[in-house]
Amino acid sequence: MINVIVELSKYLILTLMIIYTFHCFYTVGRQDEEEKKELLFQQLTLIFTIDFTAFLVIYLKTWEFKVVLFYVEMMGFFALLQILYRIFYHKSSFLLLNNMCMLLSVGFIMLCRLDIATANKQLLIAAAASGVALIIPLIIRRLKFLRKLTWLYAGVGVVLLGAVLVLASTSYGAKLTLLGIQPSEVIKITFVFFMASLFSKEADFSTVVKGTVVAALHVGTLVLSRDLGTAVIFFVTYLVMIFVSTRKKSYLALGLAGGACASVAAYFLFGHVRQRVSAWKDPMAVYQNEGYQIAQSLFAIGTGGWFGMGLCQGSPQVIPIVKNDFIFSAICEELGGIFAICLILVCMSFFLLIVSIALKIKNRFYKLIALGLGTEYAFQVFLTIGGATKFIPLTGVTLPLVSYGGSSVMSTIVMLAIIQGLYILREDEDEEFERRRKEAIKRAREGQRA
Amino acid sequence: MRDAEKKRLREQEKAKERRQKEMIRERRARNREYRLVSGFFVLIFVSLIGYLIYFNVAESETFINSPYNTRQDTFADRVVRGNIVSSDGEVLARTDVSEDGTEERVYPYGNMFAHAVGYDSNGKSGLESEANFSLLTSHAFFLEQLENEFRGEKNMGDTVVTTLNTTLQSTAYQALGDRRGAVIALDPSTGKVLAMVSKPDFDPNTIEADWDTLVSDESNSSLLNRATMGQYPPGSTFKLVTALDYFRKKGSLQGYSYLCEGSITLENHTIQCYNATVHGQEDFESAFANSCNCAFADVGTILGGSSLRDTAEELLFNHSLPMKGARKSSFTLDGSSPTALVMQTAIGQGNTLTSPLHMALITCAVANGGVLMRPYLINSVQSYAGDTVRVTKPSEYRTLMTLNEANLLGNLMREVVISGTASALNGRSYTAAGKTGSAEFDENGSSHSWFIGYCNAEDPDMVVAVIVENGGTGSEAAVPIAGQMFDAYYTVN
Repeated sequence: MINVIVELSKYLILTLMIIYTFHCFYTVGRQDEEEKKELLFQQLTLIFTIDFTAFLVIYLKTWEFKVVLFYVEMMGFFALLQILYRIFYHKSSFLLLNNMCMLLSVGFIMLCRLDIATANKQLLIAAAASGVALIIPLIIRRLKFLRKLTWLYAGVGVVLLGAVLVLASTSYGAKLTLLGIQPSEVIKITFVFFMASLFSKEADFSTVVKGTVVAALHVGTLVLSRDLGTAVIFFVTYLVMIFVSTRKKSYLALGLAGGACASVAAYFLFGHVRQRVSAWKDPMAVYQNEGYQIAQSLFAIGTGGWFGMGLCQGSPQVIPIVKNDFIFSAICEELGGIFAICLILVCMSFFLLIVSIALKIKNRFYKLIALGLGTEYAFQVFLTIGGATKFIPLTGVTLPLVSYGGSSVMSTIVMLAIIQGLYILREDEDEEFERRRKEAIKRAREGQRA
Repeated sequence: MRDAEKKRLREQEKAKERRQKEMIRERRARNREYRLVSGFFVLIFVSLIGYLIYFNVAESETFINSPYNTRQDTFADRVVRGNIVSSDGEVLARTDVSEDGTEERVYPYGNMFAHAVGYDSNGKSGLESEANFSLLTSHAFFLEQLENEFRGEKNMGDTVVTTLNTTLQSTAYQALGDRRGAVIALDPSTGKVLAMVSKPDFDPNTIEADWDTLVSDESNSSLLNRATMGQYPPGSTFKLVTALDYFRKKGSLQGYSYLCEGSITLENHTIQCYNATVHGQEDFESAFANSCNCAFADVGTILGGSSLRDTAEELLFNHSLPMKGARKSSFTLDGSSPTALVMQTAIGQGNTLTSPLHMALITCAVANGGVLMRPYLINSVQSYAGDTVRVTKPSEYRTLMTLNEANLLGNLMREVVISGTASALNGRSYTAAGKTGSAEFDENGSSHSWFIGYCNAEDPDMVVAVIVENGGTGSEAAVPIAGQMFDAYYTVN
């Protein structure tokens, strides 16, 4: 009997996810405020229905009361978040907020299914981070000197990363954590702020050199800490921001050539890079060693097929570090390949939403911040999903908002709060523009009358 | 006056529009790089999705069916492992469920299909391993599945229909008798494996009890499927490769002549014909039919190591073969190899090692106009009730040689039956073609007996490769087995 419910729920969740994904793209183009409101409300309904179905299945399969408790807490968190934003920031992007809730939901469902204790931790961190992040849009709006702190951002980044390299202990072959948090997640934000503030003033050759030196320090330290994934994310963000500010394709070409040379050099210099590449080329040939993780991940994705095994029906827990780097494989196994494709599309619409905000802002500094953060997000999604599916070699980064990881969730939520701040700023800009236009018209009329 | 004002207003209107358009254009220009970047990332996301689709369609099956993948074993909690049946409808493996729910895997034919069908405890092998996913997946009618779910009962796994034929399999099994070796039979026009026997064998019904004995007995290696994994010197069957290389180099077999005196010595290395038989004056065709070692050693020196290597590698030596679990054949000659080794290799001795499957595949290409069809053992998958789930479509693997070359080798092999070492197959109700081989494997000149060939030379019906370990010459042991296989083929069809 329960199996029937599980089986049916699989298709229900999938259908709802497809509709939600469609909504993501459809809502963007709508101008009519009423219609938009209606669509956003439908989206929320979809998220809540998916959550209800998924947690019902998990409860039926485990009979753990903790699952119900978690579900109630989670719904409380989402409701509070939506209400607080409506009260304090009614001008913020609710599409962005919905997508954030959706991605967090998918993460909570999988984590709850894998290990309820981690799910609880994740919820706590997400709630705390969201609470703190509530003041961020206000800060963005009020503190105009943020763009002047160029070298403070650079200093914080280099010092913190250096501290990790020297002080942190090694886990999974990489040095990542200091006092329980991953500084590289924080520095993702300061790095973008540094680049944006540097290039918001000028984009001449000497500025490019300054930016390159600081970026090289960041990336170099990360490579030495063996945190390759983050290093690559920083490098790509650096390239994108330089290209957009200078508008010169030659820098892009030069950067890409440099990146290619550096990858080849890294391949020959570092044994762990070679291992990653050999596991990517043929995981089955090195199954007993470095190929094990990726092989398990592919078994999971393959077994899941298009429709998935259904929640609690697969065995994703045999994939090493499934809660962090391989959460996508677990999603493929239990919720199915089609669901996973929808998830990629949701991530893509998330990125496009951030870029569209960047496009509309006039202030160069804020524009660059939005694009930089968007780039980091998109490339991280690419690295983790590409790695888990053997599209590219594994780099060991999390899927933002979905994977377990306190620092990652925290920094992503802060990033999104910053972007909300920018969105509100743009709305202000629009209002300002409208006001001035009206004033001008008024003045012109008065002039005519006179 | 009013007209003039209207005109002015219209012009103002136009100017305003122009300004607006300019603003938009300017904004677009300012955002051009932003659009480029976002376009690039959209491309990345789309490629991720494309790859995921590709993986699910094309690659996932290989990973699902990997013996390392223990996931599907959890399917067994909800599905009763399906049957494996032969192409003529006989059950080769089934699951008996007793009253109390315990399941037992039964193999009605016992040892006969041991390597082909494989076993399902102490690991998996053969079809039990290759088709594991299908056997543990149920395509029963969905209402029935639903009913079973409600009742908390298991669904019936799918039935795997093999290409193997029980008559051909039992003929090969009986014909080999107590001797060690292997027989493999294929349909060259489709790639269907019709029979696959390896000896010594084991009984999959009692594999759990016999396991320790089987694993520790290294002298027999009963678990090894010699048809696909055995590594033997090819002996004179390799002369097919040498002949092809000669034709490719010279463009014709005409004009070759050799006077066989029973032995040939070059650079202090002597090669003898079998039993030091003196074949006398020969052309290429008769040298092939007689399996004259001296002539082919001579041909080898004409060709040289690197040329032989090119042709051998085009015929898949040193390459993985298109069948799961099959071992690569090895060929070591190159341009710098000493003459002695070139001579030996050209007649199928030297360092070359190959499997019966590989020699059968080369023969299949000859029999099928040069095109090698991908060999396969699973004909179709059905629900337990008999509804087709999927059918394997025959597919070309690769063209190993031109039609012209295939016909040429076919004629050479036909002559072997008409007037050469396989003349025992002559004068039957069907026409046959083939090549014998005696692969020496120790200092005393003991040899494995080889035969590769096919029946119905005009439009080949079935290819067989036979090896009998320590069986002597090809004509002594292997040819009679091939003859029985051909006979059996025409009693079935």
